[in-house]
Amino acid sequence: MSSKDKGWKEIAPAGVTPKSSVGFMTGDWKTYMPVRDLEKCTTCMMCVLYCPEGCIRWRPEMGKIEIDLSFCKGCGICANECPTKAITMKLPEKEE
Amino acid sequence: MKTDAKQQIMAMNGDEAVAYAVKQSNVDVVAAYPITPQTIIVEKFSEYVANGEVPTQFVCTESEHSAMAASIAASATGVRAFTATASAGLALMHEMLFVASGCRVPVVMAVANRALSAPLNIHGDHSDAMAERDSGWIQIFVENAQEAYDSIIQAFRIAESKNVSLPILVGLDGFTLSHTLENVTTLVDDVAKEFVGERELPLVQTHEGKSAPFKLDPKNPMTMGPIALQNYYFEFKRQQEEGMKNALSVIEKVHAEYAELTGRSYGNGLIEKYQLDDAEFAVVCVGSTAGTLKTVVDEIRAEGIKVGLLKLRTFRPFPVQEIQKALAEVSLVAVFDKSMSFGGNGGAVFHEVRHALYDNAAHPLIVDYVYGLGGRDTNPKEFKKIFHELHQIARSKRVEKLVSYIGLRE
Repeated sequence: MSSKDKGWKEIAPAGVTPKSSVGFMTGDWKTYMPVRDLEKCTTCMMCVLYCPEGCIRWRPEMGKIEIDLSFCKGCGICANECPTKAITMKLPEKEE
Repeated sequence: MKTDAKQQIMAMNGDEAVAYAVKQSNVDVVAAYPITPQTIIVEKFSEYVANGEVPTQFVCTESEHSAMAASIAASATGVRAFTATASAGLALMHEMLFVASGCRVPVVMAVANRALSAPLNIHGDHSDAMAERDSGWIQIFVENAQEAYDSIIQAFRIAESKNVSLPILVGLDGFTLSHTLENVTTLVDDVAKEFVGERELPLVQTHEGKSAPFKLDPKNPMTMGPIALQNYYFEFKRQQEEGMKNALSVIEKVHAEYAELTGRSYGNGLIEKYQLDDAEFAVVCVGSTAGTLKTVVDEIRAEGIKVGLLKLRTFRPFPVQEIQKALAEVSLVAVFDKSMSFGGNGGAVFHEVRHALYDNAAHPLIVDYVYGLGGRDTNPKEFKKIFHELHQIARSKRVEKLVSYIGLRE
């Protein structure tokens, strides 16, 4: 807490923030991150359906699956559900 | 009670009176799940919707948790929302009750007060509402179907008042009020609608730095109830407390305005004093028991014993100063509790009243009577016996037993 933090009389109710929730990235919470092996991926979309944070998206205009790491908490559900084991959870520094 | 062109008498039970008040209050969304003894409220209201008598969106949810979630979401968009529940349904809402008060959405909810399992019991006591007393909801308890009707209409005004902005619960005793037919004097539609008026929305700063009404609106994007950790959470809770404090005067003001309109009043909206001015000792209760106790007070007064009743209408925010003033002169106070606070040495109302009276210069003796759990009948005869007991305690100035149970088989 710093002295520039506002008091209770100065802030809007209910946690209404002056910036969009996009500004609060939860992606930095993760330890492990999903890494996709494009060779094994069959684009079956199971990871898209199962991601609880909605970070794995199908981009129809590009015809591919995209993982947005800015909100990925590294839960590993995608890796667990992937039928072809195309997704593995890795520590970021081991990423190539 | 005056009845004029602006009012009409209808025969309704408590639940129907609530549904009728909601019908007249220009509510945009009602989301609910049925549970005894609340069912008639939503049943009746869904009839109004099906018959096209109201333009309200009715959402049939699959649980009370969802009913509250839908009510919160609806209210967050700036419209008026209502729901009703009881007992286990209220308990299932527990988590969402905190979301409602934390998001400052003025949802109005009727609770047909009922016991909680186990063992399973569908009858009336205050265990459900008392368990939610710290959820940040304003709580009003009513004495009869008439007061249920009047309180629901007032509730929208209180909750939606800009400097309150908190959800409100109106408790009516299960079966005793919810299922009992009474004469209820109602306002005509236009008068009720005018009294309730439009929902007030405070202005807040949006994402783009603009000042806009506090509601979810694609034109003015804002985020409600996101994450607030060690650095801000505390400040938001302090804001809620301020809303509660403001509610005390708002309840009084709205109640007075309604009394002016209808000729009906319940004390000052916070507490109702009955034969209390020259009382030697006093009894305190919440809800429909006040009706029984008023009769008993009259009977005991006829015997020459000076007793008075304090009906606690608003339980949250707790009207500490009003209670201190009302009970300043009595030497003994007996609190009647229709719920238990297990291991708490007395019920919730007892704790609160005792807390309020700690600062009174003339410390009265204070005792607690737990009664009527699970709908156990407590009749005037039993209360009369207790009143005689209290008379003895007041005379001897000695309390043998702090907490007693009325009508419990030993």
